[in-house]
Amino acid sequence: MKLDARIPSGQLPDKWSSFRDHVKLLSPANKRKHTIIVVGTGLAGASAAATLAELGFTIKTFCYQDSARRAHSIAAQGGINATKNYPYDGDSVWRLFYDTIKGGDFRGREANTYRLAELSSNIIDQCVAQGVPFARDYAGYLANRSFGGALVSRTFYARGATGQQLLLGAYSALSRQVAAGAVEMHPRSDVQDIVVVDGKARGIIVRDMLTGELSAYAADAVILATGGYANVFYLSTNAKGCNTTATWRAHRRGAGFANPCYMQIHPTCIPQSGDYQSKLTLMSESLRNDGRVWVPRKKGDTRNPNDIPEEERNYYLEEKYPAYGNMVPRDVASRNAKYWCDRGYGVGPSGRGVYLDLKDAIERLGVETIRQRYGNLFDMYERITGENAYEVPMRIYPAPHYTMGGLWVDYHLMSNIPGLFVLGEANFSDHGANRLGASALMQGLADGYFIIPNTIGEYFVNERLQEVSTAAAEFKDAMADVDQRLKKLLAVNGTKTVDHFHRELGRIMWDDVGMSRNAKGLEDAIQRIGQLREQFWSDVRVPGDNNELNQELEKAARVADFLELGELIARDALAREESAGGHFREEHQTEEGEALRDDEHFQHVAVWEFTGEGKEPVRHTEPLVFEAVTPTQRSYK
Amino acid sequence: MKLTLHIWRQNGPNAKGRFVTYTHDKVNEHMSFLEMLDVLNQELIERGEEPVAFEHDCREGVCGMCGFVINGLPHGGRKGTTTCQLHMRHFSDGDELTLEPWRSAAFPVLRDLVVDRSSFDRIIQAGGFISVHTGAPPDASTLLVPKDDAELAMDYAECIGCGACVAACPNGAAMLFMSAKIAHLGMLPQGKIEADRRVRAMAEAMEKEAFGSCTNYTSCEAACPKEISISAIARMNADYRRAFLPGKPVGGGKLEKVKLLPAT
Ligand SMILES: Cc1cc2nc3c(=O)[nH]c(=O)nc-3n(C[C@H](O)[C@H](O)[C@H](O)COP(=O)(O)OP(=O)(O)OC[C@H]3O[C@@H](n4cnc5c(N)ncnc54)[C@H](O)[C@@H]3O)c2cc1C
Ligand code: FES
Repeated sequence: MKLDARIPSGQLPDKWSSFRDHVKLLSPANKRKHTIIVVGTGLAGASAAATLAELGFTIKTFCYQDSARRAHSIAAQGGINATKNYPYDGDSVWRLFYDTIKGGDFRGREANTYRLAELSSNIIDQCVAQGVPFARDYAGYLANRSFGGALVSRTFYARGATGQQLLLGAYSALSRQVAAGAVEMHPRSDVQDIVVVDGKARGIIVRDMLTGELSAYAADAVILATGGYANVFYLSTNAKGCNTTATWRAHRRGAGFANPCYMQIHPTCIPQSGDYQSKLTLMSESLRNDGRVWVPRKKGDTRNPNDIPEEERNYYLEEKYPAYGNMVPRDVASRNAKYWCDRGYGVGPSGRGVYLDLKDAIERLGVETIRQRYGNLFDMYERITGENAYEVPMRIYPAPHYTMGGLWVDYHLMSNIPGLFVLGEANFSDHGANRLGASALMQGLADGYFIIPNTIGEYFVNERLQEVSTAAAEFKDAMADVDQRLKKLLAVNGTKTVDHFHRELGRIMWDDVGMSRNAKGLEDAIQRIGQLREQFWSDVRVPGDNNELNQELEKAARVADFLELGELIARDALAREESAGGHFREEHQTEEGEALRDDEHFQHVAVWEFTGEGKEPVRHTEPLVFEAVTPTQRSYK
Repeated sequence: MKLTLHIWRQNGPNAKGRFVTYTHDKVNEHMSFLEMLDVLNQELIERGEEPVAFEHDCREGVCGMCGFVINGLPHGGRKGTTTCQLHMRHFSDGDELTLEPWRSAAFPVLRDLVVDRSSFDRIIQAGGFISVHTGAPPDASTLLVPKDDAELAMDYAECIGCGACVAACPNGAAMLFMSAKIAHLGMLPQGKIEADRRVRAMAEAMEKEAFGSCTNYTSCEAACPKEISISAIARMNADYRRAFLPGKPVGGGKLEKVKLLPAT
């Protein structure tokens, strides 16, 4: 597997501008001749599709929801980072870059991360021009808040619905291009495979979710912006439909899967309430700005939290990390919550919870200010738990949330399959082993609005692409594969539902491939996932037919892929004999229980190659070279 | 707790539908409404029956994918709550519930509780945007927006496009949906420039769909899970009238055909 990151030469701050100065351009007439498939209409996909259409390319866009506006990005709450430095608190491109690379525990690529920080300000300008109603102060200027892992206020927000507003902005830009005839929009379309012709990505196979009909689409390049794979845990903060199918199928067709074990378990989610639970709900991390995390000092203390006096409360983050306190990065906050709950100090019916208390902030700022800042989060909490968080502290617990791993891409955002580009959460590139809050929205929009429009053109200039048609053998074969697989799922007609298998997979992942991992547990998980996969293919029951709206069949195809990816995640975690960011190996920790990296042996990206069904995948590496920063042991004390 | 559910079952867009009654005795007060249906569906599959199709994705009240009518009320009628955010603690043991899809000519039923809302997308495509290209707009701080305007714009912008407003309207009108977008963009200085063109184009697009006219029932506002105020409709009407003042180029819209506005 050839892994050339194609990082431009020159000093770090000059790389992107020099790239843009020298990249080969395509003439307007030639742009029109090129068709690009964009899978996904989240922040990354919608922004890419709209911008590429504006530039004159012919775009075909696909999503599984009934409308592009419903992509999972819509659910992001807290905000988006940018280095505007409006609050004048010392922010700069360098600082955002450094926070991100350090937050990722020095497992990200310097050049990509720097470019992200550099582009962050343009994103805000673009979104404001589109009419995104960001929060403002009384003078009419944009307001900022701070977020975990940062000492400056650089997060822009629109109440607790920042993702919604940014996505509706991108969706409006996309809608304009649909009306102009520059984008052909295909909602309710489940992409089931990627077609590779002569080693290049040339199309996709799609299942029409209403009729079950399979169609092939050919293009000159394929962009996947299909989001993350946290739903491998079954319970996560992601939308129910989030899946790995497109990225996993691309992997099976040759695309390297990078760092699959880097997954983020978010510290502030509403704890699980029962077995029927279908998803976990995030309480935005922005609450940690004003909230204080604590557990009772006494084990198994079941008193009403309001009756527990101050001296009997353990504000463990503030005690352990005086500099960052409640604002430590997510991985650190999550592990500490688990630490106290594992030792019997957890609260709530399951004992799997810690308090997030806004009492002091309410006293300091008044209920009205808190309501303005977090009103919708408090409402959401009440709807789900029936409790009023203005009066009793919230109970929170970590939950799977985001995946830093994804398909490997180079500086151009192209995978190792020429012509296959990967954007947003679906790629691996910018966050290393842990992502900072409010940086995913930034990355999705940077990728879609500003990076891919500048990089994809050169691919067409350099490659003399032959015409392909969907009549080619590769399309026919891929279509037959998909058809066979779906029919096989329907034919098993076993005794257990798809959800049963998905839950079981989630349990294995959570217990052994979750917040803390060890060699024995991981080896065990690899075995058990393999067995579960066999049971799935011999005992799953998928009702209904192929030629109709069949939600169980949709789920079954996704879970089948998660059952393969889950194993790869465990393998990657096993092979990475160090702790870094969200990947915590119990064998590798400092005396204080913090993640202990091994830079000598693991300062690299792990990139997995699929070698065939039932065969062990092969692990390749891309060394990480740090020219501008020196990796240090992260400290938030 | 135990519930009796009368659920609309319809195999496809052209199939005939009917209510089927199920008893459900595995309901727990902490479940969400959709989790209650998940449990029912698991049982149906195990019994060899077809599960009930319903749409959902985020299950957090923001994607706008979920929604059906519960005992005559879109999303079940709890203030500011989508179906996915509705919890069973608001129901009692022995309750009888009727679940049916949005009923509106503009939202054809596709299967069971799933409808086609693509008409909403077409309204937005007609003009629900600011015509800015990606590139280098001016620094965001060069454009000041009074806080109150920004907040009000945000109130309108929170629309999730679920369609409850249409389902609630005796006329099946889409005025709240459309006006929320027009009001959101029209409140902001950057959106004012195209306000005339936008309102005309969107009204014209709406006219082409099977929505009814607004006659001021205001049931849309009561049903909206984001509590969007019908003041959006009033704002839109003002914009609309202004857009047709003498001397304004009409461009695109056929004046005499558009008769959608209430007589306020
Ligand atoms: C609850 C929550 C809150 C968050 N809050 C924040 C925040 O405050 N700040 C922040 O920066 N980040 C936040 N994040 C993370 C952030 O929202 C996501 O990482 C980001 O939005 C992902 O965007 P995307 O464009 O890559 O993918 P998505 O938005 O997930 O879009 C994926 C698209 O791909 C399509 N798709 C997927 N599979 C297929 C298929 N097989 N066939 C066809 N189409 C397919 C989908 O239809 C969809 O259109 C949050 C995440 C969650 C879960
Ligand atoms: S499922 Fe997203 S709003 Fe209900």
